[in-house]
Amino acid sequence: MTSARLAFKQPSILPGFGLSFGFTLAYLGLIVLFPLAVLILKSAGLGWTEFWRLALDPRTVAALRLSFGASAIAAAINLVFGLLIAWVLVRYRFVGRRLIDAMIDLPFALPTAVAGIALTAIYAPNGWVGQFFAPLGIKIAYTPLGAVVALVFVSLPFVVRTVEPVLAEIDREREEAAATLGASRLLTVWRVVLPSLVPALLTGFTLALARSIGEYGSVIFIAGNIPYVSEIAPLLIVIRLEEFDYPAATAIAAMMLGISFVLLLTINLIGAWSRRRFGHAV
Amino acid sequence: MRSETIAASVAERPAKAWRPATSETPATRRVLIAIAGIFLGLVLLLPLGAVFAQAFSGGWSLYLAALAEPDAVAAMRLTLLVAAIAVPANLVFGVAAAWAIAKFEFRGKSLLVTLIDLPFSVSPVISGLAYILVFGSHGLLGPWLDAYGIKVAFAVPGIVLVTIFVTLPFVARELIPLMEEQGAGEEEAALSLGASGWKTFLFVTLPNVKWALLYGVLLCNARAMGEFGAVSVISGHIRGLTNTMPLHVEILYNEYAFQAAFAVASLLAILALLTLALKTFLEWRFAGDMAGARGH
Repeated sequence: MTSARLAFKQPSILPGFGLSFGFTLAYLGLIVLFPLAVLILKSAGLGWTEFWRLALDPRTVAALRLSFGASAIAAAINLVFGLLIAWVLVRYRFVGRRLIDAMIDLPFALPTAVAGIALTAIYAPNGWVGQFFAPLGIKIAYTPLGAVVALVFVSLPFVVRTVEPVLAEIDREREEAAATLGASRLLTVWRVVLPSLVPALLTGFTLALARSIGEYGSVIFIAGNIPYVSEIAPLLIVIRLEEFDYPAATAIAAMMLGISFVLLLTINLIGAWSRRRFGHAV
Repeated sequence: MRSETIAASVAERPAKAWRPATSETPATRRVLIAIAGIFLGLVLLLPLGAVFAQAFSGGWSLYLAALAEPDAVAAMRLTLLVAAIAVPANLVFGVAAAWAIAKFEFRGKSLLVTLIDLPFSVSPVISGLAYILVFGSHGLLGPWLDAYGIKVAFAVPGIVLVTIFVTLPFVARELIPLMEEQGAGEEEAALSLGASGWKTFLFVTLPNVKWALLYGVLLCNARAMGEFGAVSVISGHIRGLTNTMPLHVEILYNEYAFQAAFAVASLLAILALLTLALKTFLEWRFAGDMAGARGH
């Protein structure tokens, strides 16, 4: 018994484990793990002082701040509107609901470069939407605000898609109980429905954030790419690469991976806590 | 007498704005639907409309001219070639990974599943950078490959490799949850009845997962044809040689050839709409045959 439990693989009569497992490992190793390991080794090979000199370069810090800041704002916007859209799609029946539901995944299917030039065309000062903001003195395209707009587009589906199935599963009886006990509708939604959605909302927020931090294609068209102002970290990596400054590019990449890892780990820990607190698995 | 008035008042009530206690007033509903509609209109529909409006701003003849231009045709050809290699490669990988992970119990399985998802959590630019560090002329393998006359970075093989990297998880993550749910019972039955391993796979496993497989391939293909960041880093932007369609869109746009840029972009938008339509159809028609189909 103990020897079976210690064994790497439990016995099975199905064939092909060696072949499929070996192929999976070799493919994953060559395509994914090897290049990423080289990236990590190269950044470690820079040495402690050299790494921090490159990583704390003011232009790099400004780019990282914009990438993480704009991503957080975009994820927060999608948290609110994603919940609202999921609510409308799950709870209400109206003409065009199925079409809207299908359209939610557009940002996954539309290449980011296409999204980037299309959003720029709309939110530029003479664009369909931008023209209404220009007289108010608000510039959207070619500013950090433009980056936020692009990131909202790119990360829109995550919150909707994580909240939808949980919302559809929720037992309406608890809402009925709240209503019969005299709670207003708003109070019921706030105190009864929302808490059980917290873990799903957090998961959606995290996915949206992770996607936004790494996004490149859509942002570079709309943000204007002014150093220290509207230049995102992935773009700075590309710029350093074009200057053949590989150490700087590697250092920025290592910083992005490091901060993302700590950030996502923290959010996942909060998620684990909230699942215990609100007792609803996603 | 009194019971009559109560009955009358109860009967009257539904005539007023009656609603179940677990729903909102019709007015609230309409407002919420309107807000969702306006938000989605501004963020999703307007950009899509803008692509086609700009593409046809010069009429059909200019639209077709932009698509028939040699560099555009070369870009389309390269995009098709890259997808034609990357998608089947990841299809084979996805099936193999799902077979090993879903049909067998072994140690470190969850670590393997996490590693398969890794490309989704790495910025495409960073994955492109990793490939430059391996295959670039100052990279780990670059000089050695150069000696044999093999170019990977700033050439088509590099584009294919990063595209495989970026789209690696799509097929596997559709198949793994479904095949785990289906278990190994049917395969065990086929084997005990004397079918060979390959025969069992072809006639028992494959028919059970074909729609999920198609779903994964669909998403994989859309991403493979549309990938920008990773490909942009590794391609070197050589016109007519290493430009995929998204890169060609960027070049045209940066040269202020807006109409041409949007014309090529409109083809990618049509591809996206076709993908969405097929995906929705599969979800609607074969929902039961696809475990984790939603939520991508």
